[in-house]
Amino acid sequence: LSLSLSLSVMLSRILVGCKRVVHYQLKPRVKPDKSGVITEGLQHAINPFDEIAMEEAVKLKEAGKVKEVVAVSCGPKAVQETIRTALAMGADRAIHVSMDDAQYEALQPLAVAKLLSKVVEKETPDLVFLGKQAIDDDANQTGQMLAGLLDWPQATFASEVELNEDGKVIKVVREIDGGLETINVTVPAVVTADLRLNEPRYVTLPNIMKAKKKKIEELKPADLGVDISPRIDVVSVEDPPVRQGGSMVADVDELVDKLKNEAKMF
Amino acid sequence: ASSLVVLEHNNKEIQQASLNALTAASQLGGDISVLVAGNNADSVVESAKKAAGVTQVIYANSPNYDGLLPESFAKAVVAAQEKFNFSHIVGPASTFGKSLLPRVAAKLDAAMLSNIIAVKGEDTFVRTIYAGNAVATVKSKDTVKIMTVQATSFDAAKLEGGTAGDPVALDVDGAQDQSKWISQELSKSDRPDLATAPRVVCGGRGLKEGSNFELLYNFAAKIDAAVGATRAAVDAGWCPSDMQIGQTGKTIAPDLYMAFGVSGAIQHLAGMKDSKYIVVVNKDAEAPFFQVADYGLVGDLFNVVPELEKKLAK
Repeated sequence: LSLSLSLSVMLSRILVGCKRVVHYQLKPRVKPDKSGVITEGLQHAINPFDEIAMEEAVKLKEAGKVKEVVAVSCGPKAVQETIRTALAMGADRAIHVSMDDAQYEALQPLAVAKLLSKVVEKETPDLVFLGKQAIDDDANQTGQMLAGLLDWPQATFASEVELNEDGKVIKVVREIDGGLETINVTVPAVVTADLRLNEPRYVTLPNIMKAKKKKIEELKPADLGVDISPRIDVVSVEDPPVRQGGSMVADVDELVDKLKNEAKMF
Repeated sequence: ASSLVVLEHNNKEIQQASLNALTAASQLGGDISVLVAGNNADSVVESAKKAAGVTQVIYANSPNYDGLLPESFAKAVVAAQEKFNFSHIVGPASTFGKSLLPRVAAKLDAAMLSNIIAVKGEDTFVRTIYAGNAVATVKSKDTVKIMTVQATSFDAAKLEGGTAGDPVALDVDGAQDQSKWISQELSKSDRPDLATAPRVVCGGRGLKEGSNFELLYNFAAKIDAAVGATRAAVDAGWCPSDMQIGQTGKTIAPDLYMAFGVSGAIQHLAGMKDSKYIVVVNKDAEAPFFQVADYGLVGDLFNVVPELEKKLAK
């Protein structure tokens, strides 16, 4: 039995990035001094796309295709909350690249990709799963940058991931502008998750309890030899221009009249 | 400035979003080179030579660029940068550009600016964060500034006025064995392209079921409109994901955007708030979307759409 089990497990490890972000239903306000947005006091959560990435990794583990799932998150002490969510979803252990609030606020995708590349050197995963973008900076860069730094192939905007029989190639269906595309990439690779890859599970209380016993290793950027100072300065952060709306019409006839004679759209 | 614009194309034509990126590059001042990495893409090279503002066309001709794989394209962009040492590398914020440019940035040890919506100077740009809930002005400190351009924020460059001569061949073939293009399933429709259509009709949760999208398809056909959808409608399986408008879907800015049964989540708003005229039809008078509507109508879409169709059809 143990022989057949070890044969069916194809990958030793998947590393999954988990960013702590302001909850997607909240709308952060701009700071009065225009230096950023106010995130203090707002509920935070795991970045929804990273949650999808984690779900996919855990599903592969449950299917017996990978031995271990390792979560990694960068940030201040508070990200351990996010890490606990990842562990409760099914990650086996976690790495916390710790830094202070000010460093985290100025942390940019290139620095994150560099930190992750060093974690990859240490952990030698077969795959790295990340969300396609974080919903705070909306950058959509980290996975591609990590793949570039490692010179690994990348499969962005994944909506379907399938491991081939020997675990050497993954087939990925990607969401592209005009529809869907299928590519094969060799392992090791970086995959970024799009919305429809899966539906993340709810974490259950027993799993939250179990997660408390799982190990979180703490590292500093300096331990990894990475300079995380920002390469882009924020000049100002402002409210978007307010759109003057709220004009109502009484019925379809008035709407048609306005579209034809006021907007001149028809 | 001396900029490189990476063109997305299908070996025959330049994709529209790359022409918007060209306009953003022209606002940087200085020379503009374009990179055509393709497989016998001679007609693309010809169009690129003529495109407004273009002073040089760099041509990497190889079958390795079929499938638009970023592993291959990044080799070409990096080779072009090593040869010409550009101050800016610019690409479209399409799924192609979004996949490619960060990879290139990492290879060149430069940060990147995603989806810029304005150029304030050679090193200063504007982009939105938090699904458009905040607008950030940012200044790049890198020697090479790399960015993708939000198509809806810049006009498309015209295919005339360019001053480029014969293309310069780039000595790199983009060969790699890490990734392989297998197949594509492009959504087929006779409707205009959602990203560029002047009129867009959009459906949300209020449509109640997928088959009701037919109502919008028929209406759209009568007024030459593209059809988009909210995330809720896509998640419900009512329409394909490439119809999604919003923070994680497409960003559009048509002349006329008409929403039916859409509540107006901030993530959706991020994708269409730059539309010239916004029409919102919803039977819930409290729908937050009415706050941004130029013309809001409280009504049942199942009555309103057929009536509009009758009264607006050509």
